[in-house]
Amino acid sequence: MKKFDVVIIGGGPAGMAAALGAREQGASVALLERDDRLGGILNQCIHNGFGLHYFGEELTGPEYAKRFRDKVLADKGITVFLEAMVLSLTEDRVVRAISPTAGLMELHAGAIVLAMGCRERSAGAIALAGTRPAGIYTAGMAQRLSNVEGYLVGKEVVILGSGDIGLIMARRMTSEGAKVKLVAEIMPFSSGLKRNIVQCLNDYDIPLRYSTTVTRVTGKNRLTGVYVAPVDEKMNPLLEKEEYIPCDTLLLSVGLIPENDLLTGTSVEMSRVTSGAVVDEFRQTSVPGIFSAGNVLHVHDLVDNVSEEAFVAGASAAKFSKGELALSETVSVLPSNGVRYALPQKVHQGEGKVKIYFRVDKVYRGRTVVVESGGEVVKRKKTLVMAPGEMQNVEVDKALIRGDLSIYTEE
Amino acid sequence: MNTTCIMCPMGCSLTVEEKDGAVIVTGNGCPRGEKYGKAEFTHPERVVTTLLKGTYGGVVSVKTDRPIPKDKIGDLLSWAASFRLDHAVKTGDVIAESPVACGANVVATSDFKGR
Repeated sequence: MKKFDVVIIGGGPAGMAAALGAREQGASVALLERDDRLGGILNQCIHNGFGLHYFGEELTGPEYAKRFRDKVLADKGITVFLEAMVLSLTEDRVVRAISPTAGLMELHAGAIVLAMGCRERSAGAIALAGTRPAGIYTAGMAQRLSNVEGYLVGKEVVILGSGDIGLIMARRMTSEGAKVKLVAEIMPFSSGLKRNIVQCLNDYDIPLRYSTTVTRVTGKNRLTGVYVAPVDEKMNPLLEKEEYIPCDTLLLSVGLIPENDLLTGTSVEMSRVTSGAVVDEFRQTSVPGIFSAGNVLHVHDLVDNVSEEAFVAGASAAKFSKGELALSETVSVLPSNGVRYALPQKVHQGEGKVKIYFRVDKVYRGRTVVVESGGEVVKRKKTLVMAPGEMQNVEVDKALIRGDLSIYTEE
Repeated sequence: MNTTCIMCPMGCSLTVEEKDGAVIVTGNGCPRGEKYGKAEFTHPERVVTTLLKGTYGGVVSVKTDRPIPKDKIGDLLSWAASFRLDHAVKTGDVIAESPVACGANVVATSDFKGR
């Protein structure tokens, strides 16, 4: 049995920032990572564009990871366990993990930070019709095989979904000599960043079709092609307009799911919208002493926001372990009218400001974001444009909180 | 030329034309769009990131240390595909100085053990 003030599960950007946040409060930290190095998915994101907000410069994924990894590894107060798979955790904060070097471990934690990230929705998750040949990959899997292992997964490619990983992989596959024939997006808009559409698709003349989906795949051993069709307003494919595209590879970039399986059997309250835990502004869940940050809490589009959020979670976990996280009553944050979700879902009354992150349900131009508390407007923010793929935020003065906060958009 | 402005989430659709020797941008919502449109029309540039293979196996991720002209990207990627790295490098090490006269150095973005 080992004792630590803070045990962090996951050594990606969230876990590393949480570790540094906890150390700033003087806590002893255990950082558990199942891969053989720290950095998580950043290690396979060799493109640039990371860190503009956090570091004020544009870095590639591996470089961004290294900034944090070097600090974590240099800190004697952080014990890093690599190739360590967490098997279970309990509400009284006992974490069981296993690794080839340490064997079976039982860690007793003053506080736990969940930083497990998310996994990709797969062919099964979207009930992809047709055969089950080789050549169908999630975009992130193809990215890992390409950028870490050095294998190009195919030569003639169709990509379903225009999330950022799909767009980035369209460029990457093209750079490596593959032909990307089409990116199909079922929605009438892309959930990816504008810059990625321009620099990953337009720069290489890769066609993007909106309101279009893959209806079925063909091939016995290897994929031989996919059928695509436009969809109507209810997302039903118009099969009479189905078109066959020969290809040997289909990449799926169809969404991410926070990887919260470890919470099964605990009473941690979950959000049906984010698939992550319900948290307060310190990123504490409904079970005291269990915190959550990064993509396991809600899917982010910028790693910079992950680092910021996880640092707070780590620091707060350290304070909890020392009995210094004094908390007042909470109010709920209730999204409506165009706001799909807001996070944190609970806020404590008191001093200072709280930054509320939110996503809208579709593209809005020229709307105002309003936050109300106890019937009074406490914040109003005009926006030029808001898209579901770009997380928004609004800051509220906590002294103005008189009751539940409602956050909504208006014309 | 038609393009989409990437300076902010608005994503204005820009049309850029040359009239009587002057570059005219239309469709932009603000001055940043005009500047972006002109740059995209006259000298579009990109930072290029890719992988290099090791002589004895393995891969190392690299980037150009500044944006290079867009029309040099193809040449640089061909160079990268045939290049083989035969020694260990650390993040930030220069691997090649201005290959294919692209005007930027190719720099390692991860550590590579040489095999």
